[in-house]
Amino acid sequence: MSSGYSVKESPTIRERFAELHQPLTAQSARVESNRCLNCFDAPCMVACPTHIDVAGFIKRIASGNLRGSARRILEANVLAGSCSRVCPVEVLCEGACVMHRHHQPPISIALLQRYAMDAFHASGEPLLPVAPAPIDLRVACIGSGPASLACAAELRKHGAHVTVFDSRALPGGLNTYGVAEYKLPTADSLREVELIRNMGVEFRLRSAIESAVDLEALEAEFDCIFLGVGLGAMQRLGIAGESDSESYMPMHETRGVLNALQLIASYKTGHITHMKGPVVVIGAGNTAIDAAIAAKRLGADPVTMLYRRGPMDISAFDFEFKHAREEGVQFLWRHLPVEIRHAEDGSLLLDIQAVRLLRGKFELVEDSRITLACNTVIPAIGQSPLTKLLSEFRQITIERGLIVVDPASGRTANPRFYAGGDCANGGREVVDAVADGKRAAIGIVQAHATAIPAIEVVHA
Amino acid sequence: MPSSSSAATEFFEPDLCVRNFAGSIDCPNPFWLASAPPTNCGEQIMRAFDAGWGGAVWKTIGAPVTNVTSRYSSIDWQGQRMMGFNNIELISDRPIETNLREMAEVKKRYPAHAVIASLMVESTREAWHDIVGRSEDAGADGLELNFGCPHGMSERGMGSAVGQVPEYAQMITEWVKEKARTPVLVKLTPNISDIRTVARAARRGGADGLSAINTINSITGIDLDTLIPRPNVDGRSSHGGYCGPAVKPIALNMVQQVMADAESALPMSGIGGIATWTDAAEFILLGCGTVQVCTAAMHYGYRIVEDMADGLRNWMSDKGFRTLEDFRGLSVNRVTEWKHLNLNYKIVAHINEQKCIGCDLCHIACWDGAHQCIHLDRVSGPVDGHVELHPIPATHERASQRSIAVTPVTRQERNAAVSAEVRGPHPTPLARIPRVDETECVGCNLCSCVCPVDNCITMIEVSTGLAPETWEERTGGAACSVEPQIL
Repeated sequence: MSSGYSVKESPTIRERFAELHQPLTAQSARVESNRCLNCFDAPCMVACPTHIDVAGFIKRIASGNLRGSARRILEANVLAGSCSRVCPVEVLCEGACVMHRHHQPPISIALLQRYAMDAFHASGEPLLPVAPAPIDLRVACIGSGPASLACAAELRKHGAHVTVFDSRALPGGLNTYGVAEYKLPTADSLREVELIRNMGVEFRLRSAIESAVDLEALEAEFDCIFLGVGLGAMQRLGIAGESDSESYMPMHETRGVLNALQLIASYKTGHITHMKGPVVVIGAGNTAIDAAIAAKRLGADPVTMLYRRGPMDISAFDFEFKHAREEGVQFLWRHLPVEIRHAEDGSLLLDIQAVRLLRGKFELVEDSRITLACNTVIPAIGQSPLTKLLSEFRQITIERGLIVVDPASGRTANPRFYAGGDCANGGREVVDAVADGKRAAIGIVQAHATAIPAIEVVHA
Repeated sequence: MPSSSSAATEFFEPDLCVRNFAGSIDCPNPFWLASAPPTNCGEQIMRAFDAGWGGAVWKTIGAPVTNVTSRYSSIDWQGQRMMGFNNIELISDRPIETNLREMAEVKKRYPAHAVIASLMVESTREAWHDIVGRSEDAGADGLELNFGCPHGMSERGMGSAVGQVPEYAQMITEWVKEKARTPVLVKLTPNISDIRTVARAARRGGADGLSAINTINSITGIDLDTLIPRPNVDGRSSHGGYCGPAVKPIALNMVQQVMADAESALPMSGIGGIATWTDAAEFILLGCGTVQVCTAAMHYGYRIVEDMADGLRNWMSDKGFRTLEDFRGLSVNRVTEWKHLNLNYKIVAHINEQKCIGCDLCHIACWDGAHQCIHLDRVSGPVDGHVELHPIPATHERASQRSIAVTPVTRQERNAAVSAEVRGPHPTPLARIPRVDETECVGCNLCSCVCPVDNCITMIEVSTGLAPETWEERTGGAACSVEPQIL
């Protein structure tokens, strides 16, 4: 199936960012699916934020009902293809597998899900059926990331009219622009979006919603508005010399200060294909690791991650940390950046200083300043909240930069506004955004669609 | 006979030798290759003897045939190959002279091993006299009359066409016995409503022993693309003979029926799904003097006999059995008619909380397939009593579907999730360890069958305070509705 959206494919990127995990063959999928015990009310299903019927789809693979398997998955999660690639399954379904207590490796749920979804995508079959009778409900989804996509698809299932807005040129949000290519190729993200578009969802791209005027126009056109706007730009380091080192052309230029999401988006869209020289990544979260590995694969060497605490404190998942070490990324623990200077040859001089934790506060260690010469400094210390944008929304409660919602329905303090994904949960995984968007869609339908019976949470 | 409970404190090497089976057949162990492709020619049989087999029943010699392709199909189960196996191959398609010349050569080189000639010819006295004489002249230690082959040959009035009619079976057995000087075994077909009718006929005809069971009529499956059943012979299939691990319970039952029947019982060579020493031990416990193997050898080769012999010896040593005769037949009388079972014996399921992995298959099995007495109520508070007092399985599932789960993205969240898992007294969270309501448990055993963990669910005897009583005793000998007795 040809996709309506595409991205420039770089052979260099394709070669250097080949998929991390090989897909299962038909026979290995059958063997692995037969290993599943088919637990009752399975812990893997409970652990999945979207509650995919894991045992149900796995037993369908075992029986040879591949189409039924994919549909079973999609009933619960329309972005199941990308989730099968990017989910930290070690702390979700596979972490909950009873096989751990059976002295066996857990069932390879992610690979099996990907196997079913790859077959589904290859079949060219459309996504879930749309409700035969449209309902009189018009919903705008702001942002086209996983939360909005899941919300839009669920709304279409119930027959609502949905329009998705995004300021960028391509839909998919972080699935398209922010996930390491070796986990989820951009083309795969766009293919998933295309299936949702084919459900009858309208996309208005390059349409930023930024002002009170924009919002008023939306409120006039739509009955409900779902906010899936994600988080804001990556946080700046806030150190001397940072601003005048920031990359002049962040989509093309790798010298200077370039934040982790800029780097990932740039190579994924084919704008950056090479890096060189030493690179320092500031931070040790999952995005920091994605950026460090990207720099390494793009040719930078050495790549050093700088973190203010120790290896036991990093927020990155254990498997990500292990992966970074396997790729040859180096770590400098308990150090903070303090200043960025310029060397005569145009490269950067990053001054760092050791730090220790005293009574809950970080304190610089005197006389410990050292200088790292590098080509690029990559801040990766989290995204900032979209406070400016959110302040435009009326009657919505914001706490610590996040939209406050009812967890079961995604409804904000303003009954016409719903929210989900990073802007409400503070920055979690794709699967959490999908779960948020799905719950919000059901909440919207229940609250705003008249003359239809209350929707029970679909037993997936 | 040593007691089976006297666990061996002394180590010894048990003797697997078979002596005077069916009168005069000796061999170094009870493991024979059944009459089938693994015994197609002398070269194979000599390699099998080198590998450790004690005997071989030559692939059936007799009327000329032509085979088709393909000949086999199998049932795979959960990724495991050949749980059940099916064939439409006929008897030997080699000339009788070649088979008998090679048989003489095998006997010359392997005098201590048992070589049995399996025979099937047209139903005339002359034909049978002729083949019996020639086989014995070639040196066969015994004869096995193939009255069981269920495909092809039966359409020509041989094989199971004989084995399904007691009068024919008796008549041909008598003809053979007129001529034979070596022991005569009659191979029984299971494709009959009561295998004992033919066993009795064989015995009346003078047979020295029996082999059971031959393969079971089968269609293993249908190709869902072409809609052609397997095995596919140019667009058509034919009913075949089913064998392999799947048929063992059927074979054990039929062997026991024969061995427990005074008019049927004869020295028995057990056949049907035997692949390991444990299978062999079970057949011997039901009275078999030798056992025959085919499918497992076709699957893995002759080498499987090494563990069959080794494993059987080690088990015998553990149990204190020095020879096969020490335990042969010990379980025959442990099978009885239902009406003789003790109605006042009661067991209930017990779940070992330390071993439970929380799959909760016992819960759903008990609710949907048994008596609704295994509950997920350790956290909500145990309630004993009948079904209306408990949430149904779907209620648990709905609660899970409505629950809100999030990815633990920070280290603190992950640590909290891990400690919540291990907080309870058992490896599995308490909410997922099912509980047996012993007041309702009927002791059916289903939960312990579905539990994937060894010895996690055990059946514990509880005293009823009642003296043993059978149905027959309770009803004064009234007819039992479960199993009509056939005499």
